[in-house]
Amino acid sequence: MAEALQWARYHWRRLIGGATRDEDSRPYNYSSLLGCGRKSSQTPKLAGRHRIVVPYLQPFKDEYEKFSGAYVNNRIRTTKYTLLNFVPRNLFEQFHRAANLYFLFLVVLNWVPLVEAFQKEITMLPLVVVLTVIAIKDGLEDYRKYKIDKQINNLITKVYSRKEKKYIDRCWKDVTVGDFIRLSCNEVIPADMVLLFSTDPDGICHIETSGLDGESNLKQRQVVRGYAEQDSEVDPEKFSTRIECENPNNDLSRFRGFLEHSNKERVGLSKENLLLRGCTIRNTEAVVGIVVYAGHETKAMLNNSGPRYKRSKLERRANTDVLWCVMLLVIMCLTGSVGHGIWLSRYEKMHFFNNPEPDRRIISPLLAGFYMFWTMIILLQVLIPISLYVSIEIVKLGQIYFIQSDVDFYNEKTDSTVQCRALNIAEDLGQIQYLFSDKTGTLTENKMVFRRCSVAGFDYCHEENAKRLESYQEAVSEDEDFTDTLSGSLSNMAKPRAPSCRIVRNGLLGNKPSNRLAGSSFTLGSREGASEVPHSRQAAFSSPIETDVVPDTRLSDKFSQITPRLFMPLDETIQNPLLETLYIIDFFIALAICNTVVVSAPNQPRQKIRHPSLGGLPIKSLEEIKSLFQRLSVRRSSSPSLNSGKEPSSGVPNAFVSRLPLFSRMKPASPVEEEISQVCESPQCSSSSACCTETEKQHSDAGLLNGKAESLPGQPMACNLCYEAESPDEAALVYAARAYQCTLQSRTPEQVMVDFGALGPLTFQLLHILPFDSVRKRMSVVVRHPLSNQVVVYTKGADSVIMELLSVASPDGASPEKQQMIIREKTQKHLDDYAKQGLRTLCIAKKVMSDTEYAEWLRNHFLAETSIDNREELLLESAMRLENKLTLLGATGIEDRLQEGVPESIEALHKAGIKIWMLTGDKQETAVNIAYACKLLEPDDKLFILNTQSKDSGLRAGLIITGKTLEFALHESLQKQFLELTSWCQAVVCCRATPLQKSEVVKLVRSHLQVMTLAIGDGANDVSMIQVADIGIGVSGQEGMQAVMASDFAVSQFKHLSKLLLVHGHWCYTRLSNMILYFFYKNVAYVNLLFWYQFFCGFSGTSMTDYWVLIFFNLLFTSAPPVIYGVLEKDVSAETLMQLPELYKSGQKSEAYLPHTFWITLLDAFYQSLVCFFVPYFTYQGSDIDIFAFGNPLNTAALFIILLHLVIESKSLTWIHMLVITGSILSYFLFAIVFGAMCVTCNPPSNPYWIMQEHMLDPVFYLVCILTTCIALLPRFVYRVLQGSLFPSPILRAKHFDRLTPEERTEALKKWRGAGKMNQETSNYANQSADKSGRKPMPGPSAVFAMKSATSCAIEQGNLSLCETALDHGYSETQAFEMAGRCKD
Amino acid sequence: MAMNYNAKDEVDGGPPCAPGGTAKTRRPDNTAFKQQRLPAWQPILTAGTVLPIFFIIGLIFIPIGIGIFVTSNNIREIEIDYTGTEPSSPCNKCLSPDVTPCICTINFTLEKSFEGNVFMYYGLSNFYQNHRRYVKSRDDSQLNGDSSALLNPSKECEPYRRNEDKPIAPCGAIANSMFNDTLELFLIGNDSYPVPITLKRKVLLGGQIKCEIQKSPGGDNLEERFKGTTKPVNWLNPVYVLDSDPDNNGFINEDFIVWMRTAALPTFRKLYRLIERKSDLHPTLPAGRYSLNITYNYPVHYFDGRKRMILSTISWMGGKNPFLGIAYIAVGSISFLLGVVLLVINHKYRNSSNTADITI
Repeated sequence: MAEALQWARYHWRRLIGGATRDEDSRPYNYSSLLGCGRKSSQTPKLAGRHRIVVPYLQPFKDEYEKFSGAYVNNRIRTTKYTLLNFVPRNLFEQFHRAANLYFLFLVVLNWVPLVEAFQKEITMLPLVVVLTVIAIKDGLEDYRKYKIDKQINNLITKVYSRKEKKYIDRCWKDVTVGDFIRLSCNEVIPADMVLLFSTDPDGICHIETSGLDGESNLKQRQVVRGYAEQDSEVDPEKFSTRIECENPNNDLSRFRGFLEHSNKERVGLSKENLLLRGCTIRNTEAVVGIVVYAGHETKAMLNNSGPRYKRSKLERRANTDVLWCVMLLVIMCLTGSVGHGIWLSRYEKMHFFNNPEPDRRIISPLLAGFYMFWTMIILLQVLIPISLYVSIEIVKLGQIYFIQSDVDFYNEKTDSTVQCRALNIAEDLGQIQYLFSDKTGTLTENKMVFRRCSVAGFDYCHEENAKRLESYQEAVSEDEDFTDTLSGSLSNMAKPRAPSCRIVRNGLLGNKPSNRLAGSSFTLGSREGASEVPHSRQAAFSSPIETDVVPDTRLSDKFSQITPRLFMPLDETIQNPLLETLYIIDFFIALAICNTVVVSAPNQPRQKIRHPSLGGLPIKSLEEIKSLFQRLSVRRSSSPSLNSGKEPSSGVPNAFVSRLPLFSRMKPASPVEEEISQVCESPQCSSSSACCTETEKQHSDAGLLNGKAESLPGQPMACNLCYEAESPDEAALVYAARAYQCTLQSRTPEQVMVDFGALGPLTFQLLHILPFDSVRKRMSVVVRHPLSNQVVVYTKGADSVIMELLSVASPDGASPEKQQMIIREKTQKHLDDYAKQGLRTLCIAKKVMSDTEYAEWLRNHFLAETSIDNREELLLESAMRLENKLTLLGATGIEDRLQEGVPESIEALHKAGIKIWMLTGDKQETAVNIAYACKLLEPDDKLFILNTQSKDSGLRAGLIITGKTLEFALHESLQKQFLELTSWCQAVVCCRATPLQKSEVVKLVRSHLQVMTLAIGDGANDVSMIQVADIGIGVSGQEGMQAVMASDFAVSQFKHLSKLLLVHGHWCYTRLSNMILYFFYKNVAYVNLLFWYQFFCGFSGTSMTDYWVLIFFNLLFTSAPPVIYGVLEKDVSAETLMQLPELYKSGQKSEAYLPHTFWITLLDAFYQSLVCFFVPYFTYQGSDIDIFAFGNPLNTAALFIILLHLVIESKSLTWIHMLVITGSILSYFLFAIVFGAMCVTCNPPSNPYWIMQEHMLDPVFYLVCILTTCIALLPRFVYRVLQGSLFPSPILRAKHFDRLTPEERTEALKKWRGAGKMNQETSNYANQSADKSGRKPMPGPSAVFAMKSATSCAIEQGNLSLCETALDHGYSETQAFEMAGRCKD
Repeated sequence: MAMNYNAKDEVDGGPPCAPGGTAKTRRPDNTAFKQQRLPAWQPILTAGTVLPIFFIIGLIFIPIGIGIFVTSNNIREIEIDYTGTEPSSPCNKCLSPDVTPCICTINFTLEKSFEGNVFMYYGLSNFYQNHRRYVKSRDDSQLNGDSSALLNPSKECEPYRRNEDKPIAPCGAIANSMFNDTLELFLIGNDSYPVPITLKRKVLLGGQIKCEIQKSPGGDNLEERFKGTTKPVNWLNPVYVLDSDPDNNGFINEDFIVWMRTAALPTFRKLYRLIERKSDLHPTLPAGRYSLNITYNYPVHYFDGRKRMILSTISWMGGKNPFLGIAYIAVGSISFLLGVVLLVINHKYRNSSNTADITI
């Protein structure tokens, strides 16, 4: 469909472009036209799906015209309007709204003389006012966009000019497709272009995509193959290549095409070759590229879909009631028209007051009745509240303003507060029934901390590291004071665009007290997150909690066995221990290189580290460094004493020690001299400085040699390498490897350099990277091992995937195979163990390939890479061919800590009656444990895995479902059952869910259960879910801005959600619904006065009110109070709402605005209007009062009734309310008096002359108004009073809390809770007595087994029936068997 | 998602990380208004809190109601229907259009004497002076003395805009249907022949006020001023000879002005004349027999209308109207009653509304 559209668009463009070109060229170039006719007959077919780009240069002008002439240029215009079309276009857009159309219809209707009710011009007034207000709003918004566009269009870039034969400055807007552009470091890319040259010798270019997706880490782009080898810059004059690529699309992660040289040789292009508009060049001196997409066809612009427009549930509800109002209007008008017909048939011949038509003709009653219908519609038009929509919009703006200025949402660390991106669904926040949450980064901090690992079947639990993590929190708080001064001076030095200035420059370090250096540099890192960087994620990867890993003692010991000799021709005698050591080496090498981490040095922001001297000959330099190490280690042996001597003088020793992991590990050991010497003799001990850059090393070297006290040996631990990873997990692993002296030193597309402590620097030739994707759930690197010279594949991925890809060993195989089996079993056990602790697990595996195998694979892979169609599938296949028969090396466990306040928030939301689902990609055990930790699941919850018919529904229950099963559950035939089941459960955890599944789950729940859903997430994988839900909330966390960009609201932490929903959601909902109801009431009550009058004027459509008063009554006198009410009303205070989350339920059930509330409101409006009409009627009946004098007390009484009605409904009145209400009353009287005095004949036939003045001197006027107001409001008032005393709603009862003193308040809260708990406890007790078995908080391994068996059963059955496995706490194997056996068929 | 979003953000307020911009944070102001903590009056409507209101209303309304009721009852008012649809009525003869002019006399008796100024009204029923097209059918500029409008009346006046190519002054349906019965009142004393009662006009119209709206075109000679115009179709005389008093002619004729103030309801009365109080000693209209002489011009019977003559004294609250007094008394009583009910409720349910025991 989209393709067809593109095609059509292309043709249309060509048609237009072609037509003009034809005319230009016809006089002199007719034959050439014929010439290319043949060619062009085949190009459109090709070009319909692909785009051909040729350089925009002289020699190819004709060809350029042919292909690229119709492509848009780089000028962008995001504004909707221009100066000329603003009025028509804005009006056109506004009249898309049904309400506006209706009012336009009324205006037009009033121009029909036969039905005209008011003066023609006057009916236009409300519409004009509404249209103007909205037009001004739109205009201002558009003007702001225009200014930004202009700014962007006029940015300067360097474009190659054929005239001057060099790159000249040109505005962005003048860039066209085919232009050559040269960009320097830190410049922004003006259009999508294919990278042809980079000053980087490896032909790569780093770009920062934060402008596009908010991710601040650097991404690599590669020069097109074939150009990378050229030393000199590409010469645009000689560039004769044609580029063919796909048509513009908005897929940021895809670019397919090829480059066709003049000799028909083709080179594939991928997204690696594409520089995207809006990104920034980093770390690369200069690049040259050719523009392929410009302006609105760039991927960045195509992705700019603009703000989303959602309609809130409340508004939908209101819209249906507007329709009811229309019904009512029609009924009233029909009454009027029928009444007029009947009346007329009685007085048809009576010319006296039945004024005939201008032509003295009397129209028949039937026809007159028909005309009267339309007249009535004009007269009673106010019944459809035109100002309702404007008021709703204003109220929403006010509500958003208050949400955004809530200081509780402010996050110090990131200096961010809540962002309301969608302006019109704030009230939906008060009606949420289902909450779908991502786990990582939403519930947890997404700060990955390396916790444990298992290598070759041995678990290393890193206890010291755990201890350090615990002490970290306290240390930070102690450090704050100290670093304040330091950071002050440093932050000034830091460049504004250098987020990676986490580590202090060397020079500065030297001047500071030495024993604080390491610590201060670390805290700087974290503090910088608070003060310097807008988004914490930029600093997050390097906060000390993540970068510091204390090596495990046992594992370190094993490291000591590593010597370069291991890679010498194998020594058969020490085979067994050797194998493990090899595993360890491979494991850490995999950790260090199996990623896409970019290394940069912080003191030169984002400049790549190069090691020209080390690049070539690893073995030689190994020896060199070894000798260097030996020298160092001599000095090093004295360092502990040096350190301990200094220690007492340091301000915060604990913090310091915790920052120096190596020391803290060694300190307890220091009494044992032997051990120290043993450790220190090994090269590993002193290699702590190995991770420093060349210069750094020299510096420290010099420092040591000169014996300066400042340069502590420990200092180099504050390594100057920064890792920029695409995911925090990767960074955590690289840092973990670094802790074991396996330091990733540099990375280029060709090679990766790792400084492996004992082995020295190793340079791996990087043959291939298969990046991570969510389908494969793994990534691989193919390298040539420098020591063994073999082609090795290192794979890292989710355990479930890796385990399936391991080489299948026959049980009676050779001993290594056997060993591998053992390792596998052990590792699996460790993995389960990790997962149980809530750690994120990854498996590391490797595979050794022969050169021929590799060549074979590579050939196929190239084919896949260069194909344009089905490329993804082919690449996936290709990856599958590579990633098999793996050897398991080990596994890692990474901790993702819970965000603060998450358990409390979840508890509160639970109490508020919100069902919370956790959708995560993590494995089940991890997910379940996080769920327990954040109180999503209670320890005594019944856990149902898969499906069960719950026998005791009164209990809380949780459902755990895994991705595979979810697939079945989402199948159409089982959807209903699945939802039925989930409706019994308080919490549902979906693990191993893909992004697509996440959104499908949300969609399913939303559409089938008809509930309000909210999705919250932080990463790109949550985007689809966020977009599907009624409300999407983005957490601006570690993983970029994609979720935030897609969201309706963005918060910085999960805990803010509780206040956002419980307080602001509740307020917004009650406020707006009450205001809407009030609007209906107001309009019906007022319009009915006119209606009742029709019964006394022969249904002739007379209004007893002056038209101006009639119009202004709604527009001025009674418009501000409801808006103020809608913005400021506060039924219960924020504190009470937070303390009693139960109050949220009223919003979920839409209690404030139920269908019957609407009818009751209308009934009340009818009653009030009756009173308001008939009290004055009976008072003035038979008297000599004239029409407009009769209308005056009606209006005045109506004003008081309507305003006082609002006061009765208001739960809190501030001075602003009072001001506005008094202002409304005063403005009414002022208007009436001034109008009565000034306007004598200005508004014929009504004659307001002196009416108000006369009435104000008449006591009867006051008596009538007071009496009318009292009678009209009495029922509602009495109802509210009775409600307050006899059957108060929870909200009314909670309102009493606000009046209590703090002590009384806690007391009352206790009582409230006590009552709630009583019920719960009794049921709990009953349950306990029934089931006395000990309750384990977690399902044991047996439970996992049961789950698995059930899952497999479900799969095996094939008919997609859900299996039933209850993992109760009193669970036993036999039960599990039974359950598993009960799989339905 | 695209770059101009970011650009917008930067334009909006700039990223908070601007160098040296420590003072510029996004932290919202912690003011009572922004945090929605403005001091507020939070009424809680329960029986206990609103009890006084009901009693106060009751206590205030009942006396007011009694006062109004008494005042209304003290007003003397008599209505004489002279439509003449009943065969027995003396005016029955005037129903046929042939008798012109038709004069009929109706006798009536005042049981009690009328003190103070007595107002004489004519009343019409079933007369829809508030019909939309009727109400509109006038030209205010013409009435205001605008000479161009005099000769070229507004289109609103159609079809009573022109008659035989001459503009009608005053134009429109309202003017055309002006009430034109003449009423005279005689006191039939013990003597044989009736004594006419002086009927005054003018004073009642609020002095100059009404004249400001409706002005006759200037000049001494009214006839001259209205030259070129013609009288409304139904009128007997042109507008400049409505009354014998030369100051009461043209558009400022009081009867005309009164008529032009269109009544709000189909049953209405309009002021006709005033019978002034002569002295404190004698009642303005002593009890006794009176006769009403009607020059019957105005036909109402064919639309089932009624014509009445009304004599009424007046109080601070205008004419006789028992409704307001009764309504006040009723509302006051209901309010008092509700107060008592709420008192009971409050007594019975005090515990539940008490703050100390807010439990489910």
